[in-house]
Amino acid sequence: MSLLKIQNLKANINGNKILHGINLEINPGEVHAIMGPNGSGKTTLASVLAGNKQYIVTDGTIEFDSKNLLEMETEIRSREGLFLAFQYPVEIPGVTNINFLRVALNEHRKYKGLEPYEPAEFLKLMREKAKIVEIDPKFFSRAVNEGFSGGEKKRNEIFQMAMLEPKLAILDETDSGLDIDALRIVADGVNALKNKNNSFLVITHYQRLLNYIVPDFVHILYKGKIVKSGTKELAMELEERGYDWIKDELS
Amino acid sequence: MAEQENNLIEKLTQSEYKYGFVTDIEQEYSPIGLNEEIIKFISEKKKEPKFMLDWRLRAYNHWKTMKEPNWQKVKYPPIDYQSIYYYAAPKNSSKPKNLDEIDPEIRDTYNKLGIPLEEQKLLAGIAVDAVMDSISVATTFKDKLAEVGIIFCSISEAIQEHPDLIKKYLGSVVPYTDNYFAALNAAVFSDGSFVYIPKGTRCPMELSTYFRINASQTGQFERTLIIADEGSYVSYLEGCTAPMRDENQLHAAVVELFAHENAEIKYSTVQNWYPGDKEGKGGIYNFVTKRGICDGDNSKISWTQVETGSAITWKYPSCILKGNNSTGEFYSVAMTNNYQQADTGTKMIHLGDNTHSRIVSKGISAGFSDNSYRGLVKINKKANNTRNYTQCDSLLIGDKCGAHTFPYIEVENNTAIVEHEATTSKISDEAIFYLNQRGITTEDAVGMIVNGYAREVIMQLPMEFAVEAQKLLQISLEGSVG
Repeated sequence: MSLLKIQNLKANINGNKILHGINLEINPGEVHAIMGPNGSGKTTLASVLAGNKQYIVTDGTIEFDSKNLLEMETEIRSREGLFLAFQYPVEIPGVTNINFLRVALNEHRKYKGLEPYEPAEFLKLMREKAKIVEIDPKFFSRAVNEGFSGGEKKRNEIFQMAMLEPKLAILDETDSGLDIDALRIVADGVNALKNKNNSFLVITHYQRLLNYIVPDFVHILYKGKIVKSGTKELAMELEERGYDWIKDELS
Repeated sequence: MAEQENNLIEKLTQSEYKYGFVTDIEQEYSPIGLNEEIIKFISEKKKEPKFMLDWRLRAYNHWKTMKEPNWQKVKYPPIDYQSIYYYAAPKNSSKPKNLDEIDPEIRDTYNKLGIPLEEQKLLAGIAVDAVMDSISVATTFKDKLAEVGIIFCSISEAIQEHPDLIKKYLGSVVPYTDNYFAALNAAVFSDGSFVYIPKGTRCPMELSTYFRINASQTGQFERTLIIADEGSYVSYLEGCTAPMRDENQLHAAVVELFAHENAEIKYSTVQNWYPGDKEGKGGIYNFVTKRGICDGDNSKISWTQVETGSAITWKYPSCILKGNNSTGEFYSVAMTNNYQQADTGTKMIHLGDNTHSRIVSKGISAGFSDNSYRGLVKINKKANNTRNYTQCDSLLIGDKCGAHTFPYIEVENNTAIVEHEATTSKISDEAIFYLNQRGITTEDAVGMIVNGYAREVIMQLPMEFAVEAQKLLQISLEGSVG
């Protein structure tokens, strides 16, 4: 039974057609990578999955854990276990990480019919998860992403992912703007959280990240369509030959 | 997207004002309207000494020579001062000797408002003076405070029992000649709180007054006077609510703070008068004069206000920094929704050397509301080495509201350092999407963002009230998503 099943997905933003019929199936425990040149629709795909209302779905279906994803509000998708690590995490001044995560996590728990965490219990959980992504607990009382460096923001995304324990995590160009050390910390975090029940959709422009987060499948997105799928060797080939080879092959 | 926003705004602004009930008690009124007889009636009702009546009459005669001001940004139809009752009091409520004697209806009212008057039920460490319409109905923890020499009572009681303090301080910070509404207040004020903290005393608990308008067609004109003698400290909080009515009711209060050498007064307000309905009908006109003087060296006055209620809020809690090295602070969150209007800010008047002032103003406008910050920083030519820092932020929610900033800076001494920072922002779709993606609803996301925005001010409130203020902001803002 697949966790995510996208069929013939078409989507617009501001009247521009971006996705032209995407088909993709992800099973529990799998890591899929989506690669593609700038403007191919990678972020659009991530945004549509997460429920960003700026994007209009014009055709196709998305099943998530056997439910109709497109009928769900953004927050329900999250509570159902879909997580998006943002390419550009948003700063929320004055709202502490701890308060933000407590509200978010308790919403998830309420949705599952569980009691909210006791403060002490919650703090303990935060400390445990913080270790995975090497986050200093002093971050807890800082405002969400405010004044964070690029690397800190990305690490904070992975930390939130660790806290929310999604079934499907979409990493939207999480590697962009990261130096090699930050990249390794982020990748180690992801690998530590990976298990046979959860899945990852790793969106990236470069093959570099895939040295650390090894995909089971690689798909090439070009002009709003998946034009080629393969295994991690496909990513290597892309790294070697660039995207022009794909463009030539298609034209 | 736009349609969806509108629906959400509509849905959320339906949230009701939960303090809008009326207490059914027999009220005693003065005759309607205003003339010398009415003032004599009020003074007699309150068994005041002659000096008070004389003062009131002087104020009244001065008021008659004044014109209602019209420079403000807020707009309202002319007020007919002859169609207001200037005195309304729950009948048979000559001040109870102890808290058990309080009329059960009044007790219920305060319980419903979450302000129990039984001392054992009160939040630990907070003394309350409860004022309904024109009179104070209960003051808690009086005896305990008296043990350390602190006077905390209604101003009516202070006029009778501490006339020397009243003569010395009443009108010393806000004279009746100050402005139109201050003159009116001086003529007809009926009750309010009085605090005196003796030398070297740190008030052991938070003091608070809870103002409640109940009667219709009345004005509330309360007067608060706080005196902190040398080296003393007090933290004081006021809260206010009123029933929902179609009419506009006038609330013209005066608050005076007097800080002697090395004294500190912290004054916090959580103002939640009825704001009117979502079409802008009814609500309180909150026209208030609040001013403190840092009279002695090294004294400090700090104003914190969270303003979510009232149809119109029009006030400028101010500090006169007379003592050398004295400090004035103003922290404000003013939230307007629907058709509310606010024109609020502060005045920092630097007279002494090395005086410092800090202004943090956070305006939040939603719906069709209009929100203005108006502030004056004045550095006197004899005041050396003064400093002011002003931060003035506006947050807009939706595209039908307004935010305005009117900073006035008058510097007559070139050793002064005056800084002014201002920002205007909107709640971005990206921020809401980000929080939605973590499982938080749009309503909660807006509440979270707004509370984060206001945090610097909310943090200035005493703990219990900070929590209340956060909830209040969330409730008042419900629906204003943009």
